Order: sequence, then structure tokens, then C-alpha cells
Amino acid sequence: MSRRARQAVFGTGAAVLAVLFALAAAGLPPFGGDQHPYRDRAVAAALHQATANVVASLTFDLRGLDTLGEEMILLGSVVGAVALLRPRPDEKPHADDKTSRPQQDAVALISYVFLPLTLLLGFDLLVHGHLTPGGGFQGGVVLATGLHLLYLSGGYDALRRLRPLAWYEWVEGLTTAAFALAGTANLVNFLPHGRVQQLFSAGTVPILNILVGFAVGAGAVVLLAQFLTQAITLEGEG
Amino acid sequence: MNAALIAVSLLLVAAAGTAVVATNDPGRQAVSLSALGVALALLFFVLQAPDVALSQIAVGTALVPLMVLLAVRKTGK
Repeated sequence: MSRRARQAVFGTGAAVLAVLFALAAAGLPPFGGDQHPYRDRAVAAALHQATANVVASLTFDLRGLDTLGEEMILLGSVVGAVALLRPRPDEKPHADDKTSRPQQDAVALISYVFLPLTLLLGFDLLVHGHLTPGGGFQGGVVLATGLHLLYLSGGYDALRRLRPLAWYEWVEGLTTAAFALAGTANLVNFLPHGRVQQLFSAGTVPILNILVGFAVGAGAVVLLAQFLTQAITLEGEG
Repeated sequence: MNAALIAVSLLLVAAAGTAVVATNDPGRQAVSLSALGVALALLFFVLQAPDVALSQIAVGTALVPLMVLLAVRKTGK
């Protein structure tokens, strides 16, 4: 396609998008008003399910099917990245791992201090997702990125030794499958709801939260591992 | 007060976004992208969406810049 044709296609698309966007924006309720029909219904539904965090109720209960789709997208992107970034047959790991040299002391110290704090915060987000802001997705990503403080404190060898990758691959697959099973088998929140704001409340929401947390965390670890392998241990260009 | 907070956060996001676009070196761009993540998280927090703000911090400030840095290191730019 010639440059002129590409510009014509882009120009047409951009013009249509601009018109549609302007129309849609003009039809929106005013910013910051006090009329929120969706909020009124969502909050009532969340309280009915004894879920203190309305966002968690939306994500894992009222619109749980959407979250199942997102979970599948995440799994698909992790599988795609693993397939794309797998080492070629002629790529061999470094004989001497240049990256195992000690890091700067200050960086290592800060990482040692923050490693347990970050992991604790991740679990806290995970477990209390149905009560306070946070939840499986946020907790999972915090856990996965927090784990990589090991790389800053102990080098790549420490990370590799304390992060058995095969486990994470299994956790990613199994928890996604469990989430899908729980999601499709029980499209209703079938567990006792308990009392709102208690740790054991909201029925299936905390269970799905924790499943998603492990799926997202393991997925992010597997994803980052591919990048780390490519960037650090493999010889060869590009 | 609230409107002022929102305006300040929006300006911060605009400034940080411009900084990302104006950064040429992809390695440095990872850092400015991280700053944009913090600004966006602040905006979401001011707009009373703490769940989204947490996601933004975890993904936009930590995970994505880390992947960018690793990719930059691999390609040797």
C-alpha cells in the first residue's frame, strides 16, 4: 500500500473516530454530577451480596464473566510471550554469569528491607480485596514485582534459585483453570454471604480474588522470566 | 478544593505524558513512563478510584518499565 493510500486510510479512520468520540462525549452526563444511576444499582447489589468493596463485587460477582475473559487474555498473552521469547536452539546460556556480581550496597539493603514488606502488602491486597481497595489483580502484580527485588538484592542467581519457574507455570495454569471452573460452574455467588465488612464475607468473591491473585502473580513472574532469560543469560545478538 | 486537586492531577498527567513523548532514549523513557504511572495513579486516587490507582501503580510504574528496561538491555540500545 502506497504512502498516500495509508494516509487516506488513516485520515478517514481518524476523522470518523473524532466525530464518534465527540458525539459520545457530548452525550455523557456532566463530569462530577450527583446523578449516578449505575452507582445506585451497583452499590445496592454489592451490599445485597455483603461485599464491602463495591469494585470487587463488580469484578468478581456482578460482572464475573468479564473478569473470566480478562483472565483468559492474560493467559493468552503469557503463552504468546513464552512462545515468542523462547531461546533458539543455538542460543546457549552464559558460561560465566556476569550478573551475579554484588549489587551496590545501598540498593541491596533497600531491596532486602522492602522485599518482605512488598510481599506482605501483596498478600494483604489479595486477602482483603473484598473489603478494601485492591484485590487479586493488584495483589498478584505486587507479589510478582516484589519478588524481583530479589534480583536487586541478591543478583540473578539468587532470583533463579528462589524462584522455581516450573512451579509458577503450574500455578498459572491451575489457578486460571480453577477460576474458569469456579466462574462457569457457578455463575451465581452461591456461598453464604456472611456479614458485610467481615473477613469471611461476600461469598465467592474472596475465593475468586485469591485465585486471580495467584494466576496474575504467577503469570507476571513467568512473563518477566522470559525477558530476564533473554536479557541476561543468553549469548547472541537480538 | 476537590476541583483544584483534580486540575493539578490532570496537569501533572499532561506534563508527565509530554515528558514520556519528549524522551528519545528508550532506556530513559522507561523512567519517565514510570513517573507518568505515578501521576496517573494520583489522578485516579483523586477521582476516588483507589482500586484503579493501585492497578496503575503496580502495572504502569513497576511491571511495564521493568519489561521495557529488560527489552532495551537485550537489544543493546
